[in-house]
Amino acid sequence: MAEHPLLKISNLTKRFGGLAAVNDVSVTFEAGKINAIIGPNGAGKTTFFNLVAGAMPPSEGSIEFQGMDVTGMSPDRIARLGIARTFQTTMLFDQSTVLDNLIVGHRLRTQSRLWDVIINSKRLRDEEKKCRARAEEVLDFVGLSHLGNRYILDISQEERKRVAFALAMATDPELVLLDEPAGGINPEETENLAALIRKMVAHGISVCLIEHKMDMIMSLADKIMVLDHGEKIAEGTPEQIKNDPVVIEAYLGSDEDVEA
Amino acid sequence: MDRIMNFFASPAMKIVLIAAGILFPLVATSEYQIYVMALAFIWAIAVYGLNIITGYCGQLNLAHGGFFAIGAYAVGLLTVDYGWAFWPAFIAAGVIGAFLGFLVGVVSLRLKEHYFAIFTLCVGFIIFLLIEKWEEVTHGTLGVISIAPPEGFGLVDFTETIPFYYLVLFFLVLAIWLISRISRSLVGRTFLAIRISDDLAQSLGINLMRNKVLAFVLSTTYAGLAGALLAGVVRFIGPDLAEITHTFDVITYLLVGGIGTLMGPLVGTLLITWITQAVQSFEEYRMIVFGPLLVLLVIFMPRGIVGTFLTWRGRRLASRAPAKHSASRVEKKKNQEEAGTHG
Repeated sequence: MAEHPLLKISNLTKRFGGLAAVNDVSVTFEAGKINAIIGPNGAGKTTFFNLVAGAMPPSEGSIEFQGMDVTGMSPDRIARLGIARTFQTTMLFDQSTVLDNLIVGHRLRTQSRLWDVIINSKRLRDEEKKCRARAEEVLDFVGLSHLGNRYILDISQEERKRVAFALAMATDPELVLLDEPAGGINPEETENLAALIRKMVAHGISVCLIEHKMDMIMSLADKIMVLDHGEKIAEGTPEQIKNDPVVIEAYLGSDEDVEA
Repeated sequence: MDRIMNFFASPAMKIVLIAAGILFPLVATSEYQIYVMALAFIWAIAVYGLNIITGYCGQLNLAHGGFFAIGAYAVGLLTVDYGWAFWPAFIAAGVIGAFLGFLVGVVSLRLKEHYFAIFTLCVGFIIFLLIEKWEEVTHGTLGVISIAPPEGFGLVDFTETIPFYYLVLFFLVLAIWLISRISRSLVGRTFLAIRISDDLAQSLGINLMRNKVLAFVLSTTYAGLAGALLAGVVRFIGPDLAEITHTFDVITYLLVGGIGTLMGPLVGTLLITWITQAVQSFEEYRMIVFGPLLVLLVIFMPRGIVGTFLTWRGRRLASRAPAKHSASRVEKKKNQEEAGTHG
């Protein structure tokens, strides 16, 4: 074991009062893979993401990212270490252009402070160029370079999702956490988004996603973890998960449409 | 139509505005008008301050009027009770505004959204009570009388209205210039990310506390300096300056002009100041006119006059861009820069 796993989660627990939203979950995610987390509503998937991203501290357990203990670290530090995320509801600044929304994404790789702004330092000018270039790059990556000057107000839901992806990419992450990337978009767009996720992995970014669309997950994921009532009830390849009786009982079996 | 639209957003507009500011005393029909304009400029500086923390950074600060009063009292007390000259007291007002802003910010910015607003409302009220009740220091309800005017160093006499007008105009231009720099820069973009959402900003590696405190300190410094200028022109201040109504006035100016835009604070402040002057004979009843207008404005133009204009223009340009297809790169870049300032 020379290499550390990308993400090593041990006995992760988050309690809200008496409720354990995430309960004693241990799992390892490898680099360069698409890892999926599925489970019924309220299974603790988003809480799990919040813990990994540092948005809330765990009650117990530890999180190791590339061999480094990041448990309880602030979310901005975790972002700088290379974990980016998107949210269930896409958050962008509507009254601004796509490109303007993206430029701040690379801010965490820059140093300029207020003083640089006042004197208009060379560092600031260089870093602004760098951020703009990175924004254009990621916009191109998600296939929207023709929309750079459009207002967020005027682009479609799927395009917004792509902009949110691009924003996460602009932080130069090693790992991207996608919370229901295909929520609220049609099947064809879902297919396109899946292709984009594959493209991200092909470019060396590891992906971890929460998703409800089973056909998307089954064709996309390398590894799936199933949560139910905050506990990990199964883990494995899509094949294994499909045939796991525990999963079928807890989740898939209750709804035939989902399995199909 | 397009030419008018583009003119309003062009760099030439800056020159026109500055020229208008310089020429105003020549076209004003009375000294009173110049005086009103100078006061409006002072309030506009305060509104620019509020725009940093509330407009760009998205944190509704209801103690802003309190910090304005602190700046005014700093100059008042330092010049009257301690024999300071105006200019050192003016700088001290900025430093005190920044320092107290830092202390209040570090505590209050731990709270989010309306909790932050409520907390700062209380801070504003505490500032008012301190000024009114702490008689040994602040002279209480008597106020501070015969505050030193800004020294003109034998060149100009700032107790005269017109020189003072130009002094205030100078600071206003300086204030806007600095904000335009900040809002366009990575620092301003950082504030804007926080305005969209704390969670998003943090996920982008932005240190929330550090940036919010920076925005807060900037805003209270602006408020302190604006208050200091007011003390220098009015030369008599009382505790009513710290009353919450001033905070709400400032918020109204910001909302009408355009929250989070560069020119919004100026447009809102001037517009409301002059409308108020025009309907002065209505006295309290003018609120019957203002109230409904404000409600309509917030419903139909939540980004104020300037914000609505900029969004309309930006969308219009963007929707036309594909037709021409990658319109000359220069123009594209220009649009981005303008949109980047959101004003």
